[in-house]
Amino acid sequence: MYVAVKGGERAILGSYALLSEQRRGDPAIPELSLEQIKQQLRLAVDRVMTEGSVYDPDLAALALKQAAGDAVEAIFLLRAYRTTLPRFGYTRAIDTADMKLWRRISATFKDLPGGQLLGPTYDYTQRLLDFSLAASGERLRTPPATGADAAVQEDVPRVVDLLDDEGLIEKTPCDETDPDPVDLTRQPLDFPASRETRLQNLARGDEGFLLAMGYSTQRGYAHSHPFAGEIRFGEVEVFIEPEELGFPISIAELSVTECQMVNQFGGSKTEPPQFTSGYGLTFGHGERKAMAMALADRALRAEELGERVASPAQMPEFVLSHSDNLEASGFVQHLKLPHYVDFQSELELVRKMRANRAQEAAA
Amino acid sequence: MNPLDLKNTAPERDAGYNFAYLDERTKRMIRRAILKAVAIPGYQVAFGSREMPLPYGWGTGGIQVTAAVIGPQDVLKVIDQGADDTVNAVNIRRFFQRTTGVATTDRTREATLIQTRHRIPETPLTRDQIIVYQVPQPEPLQRLEPRAYETRRMHGLAEYGLMHVKLYEDIARFGHVATTYDYPVMVNDRYLMAPSPIPKFDNPKMHMNPALQLFGAGREKKIYAIPPFTRVESLAFEDHPFEVQKWTAPCELCGATDSFLDEVIVDDKGGRIHVCSDSDYCRDRREAVVQQ
Repeated sequence: MYVAVKGGERAILGSYALLSEQRRGDPAIPELSLEQIKQQLRLAVDRVMTEGSVYDPDLAALALKQAAGDAVEAIFLLRAYRTTLPRFGYTRAIDTADMKLWRRISATFKDLPGGQLLGPTYDYTQRLLDFSLAASGERLRTPPATGADAAVQEDVPRVVDLLDDEGLIEKTPCDETDPDPVDLTRQPLDFPASRETRLQNLARGDEGFLLAMGYSTQRGYAHSHPFAGEIRFGEVEVFIEPEELGFPISIAELSVTECQMVNQFGGSKTEPPQFTSGYGLTFGHGERKAMAMALADRALRAEELGERVASPAQMPEFVLSHSDNLEASGFVQHLKLPHYVDFQSELELVRKMRANRAQEAAA
Repeated sequence: MNPLDLKNTAPERDAGYNFAYLDERTKRMIRRAILKAVAIPGYQVAFGSREMPLPYGWGTGGIQVTAAVIGPQDVLKVIDQGADDTVNAVNIRRFFQRTTGVATTDRTREATLIQTRHRIPETPLTRDQIIVYQVPQPEPLQRLEPRAYETRRMHGLAEYGLMHVKLYEDIARFGHVATTYDYPVMVNDRYLMAPSPIPKFDNPKMHMNPALQLFGAGREKKIYAIPPFTRVESLAFEDHPFEVQKWTAPCELCGATDSFLDEVIVDDKGGRIHVCSDSDYCRDRREAVVQQ
């Protein structure tokens, strides 16, 4: 007989219990500590902070633990928590030229002021499973002595600034009035979107989505001829300048990855041939995302630079409206919700259309 | 609350969060958007939609609107597909119990505030009630023109030819309009509006309704409204007037012939019955029979 979806409430509570059991796994295995996640799953923590738009390794580690390692779910938890945080003020823009570098490479010059600094990277590892990690009791490699502490190189100029001296790269003039940028966490995205707005959106955007968008520009869907002008990863200081003080004070240090792509540009009626750039920035160590973001940023500048807009990566409405993984994941998965009222309406319609067709065939 | 304690199901007010989750400034921002929406019936007001602890597409717009208008004296009803006990309705009701501690009800008549997904209750609403719709896609023109920049211009110029052409093409191909839910309406003779995915059966209820109707789209960051006693007209042509769904069978449980019926498959031989989608309405009618 008729059984409606009664007992939804009990079912939900039951699913909470099952979920916590599955998340924890075998209780005989020691529980993960947040410190372990923070220390040993550093790149997962960095991604959650970047797309969660909160720089807080402790909260990101907690989110990862609660989400059983699902990055997008962890990002969701962090963003929802972020909603409840009051905003005290704005910091000054961080200065990445003043970064304490862990890593800094340029693909456009063999050598350059400040040098190339390989730093911690998977790039030149041979991707062979290291079975010594499977057995616990890993032996640590000691970094080779380099004399000075490699991590503490300061005031290394950015590659793009070096090109700037020769006028070979576009100028990105600041608006004299220095207006506050749109804050996408407080105001809705609106089109046409300024470059600051686009960059904010990309910075929060899903890594996988941006990777695919950036990749598409390399495969003929928007020709951008990119070079990795510079990628740097290190620590920057964050300053605030309270009005009542009148001078900046340092409130935190955070690690960021910055990528500046250098792209060919044939020139236009008003501009001589020169290089243009795309920009990417993430919290923590996120080179894949930073590079993909820089490619996407450059592709989205097509209209501004007078290039033909023909590919998805060049279309702001396409890229910016679909980059957020919470929006995408939520809406794709909302299909799990009951839709039987709408489906009922469609059933009636399809039956009616079939009946009409049968009648016509009979006539 | 201990999630394993299945007996004590109503969550207690969680004092760790502000009343209705959002901080007061955010609520004020949403209220401003609502006021603007009420002042321009059917117009989509962009607002700074926040990330809520429920996923986008699961009612975050409705939740934010409800959070902005709910007060401690309100009596809240939450329905999904017309029923109070569907999982998503339960989840949203629990969210507000936990963050506001307000009284909840499953009776349409008792509620001061109703949040809904996909239905308008069969019991007529009154001037003392607010109904909040969860809206997945606020832009009625989106399927015809995906660029928001363009659709905004069309609304500005009241240029809705595209939609009329779509309906006309339906009639040319099928002999009738092939839209059964989220059927576009014209509000106050000015703005084309998506009524959210309610069945077109419910469209006439929006017209001159004494209750305030608010619509929240969280993912798309839009709020719109139909103030009480506003004209709401479903699009149609003179020779193809608007029609709603009809059923040949009455509700199996209460015998209603005037309500929206869901089809329920009852055995594995294709046997099916029809029952009211509005569970409160159905129960009300059955109780009335018992009292007689």
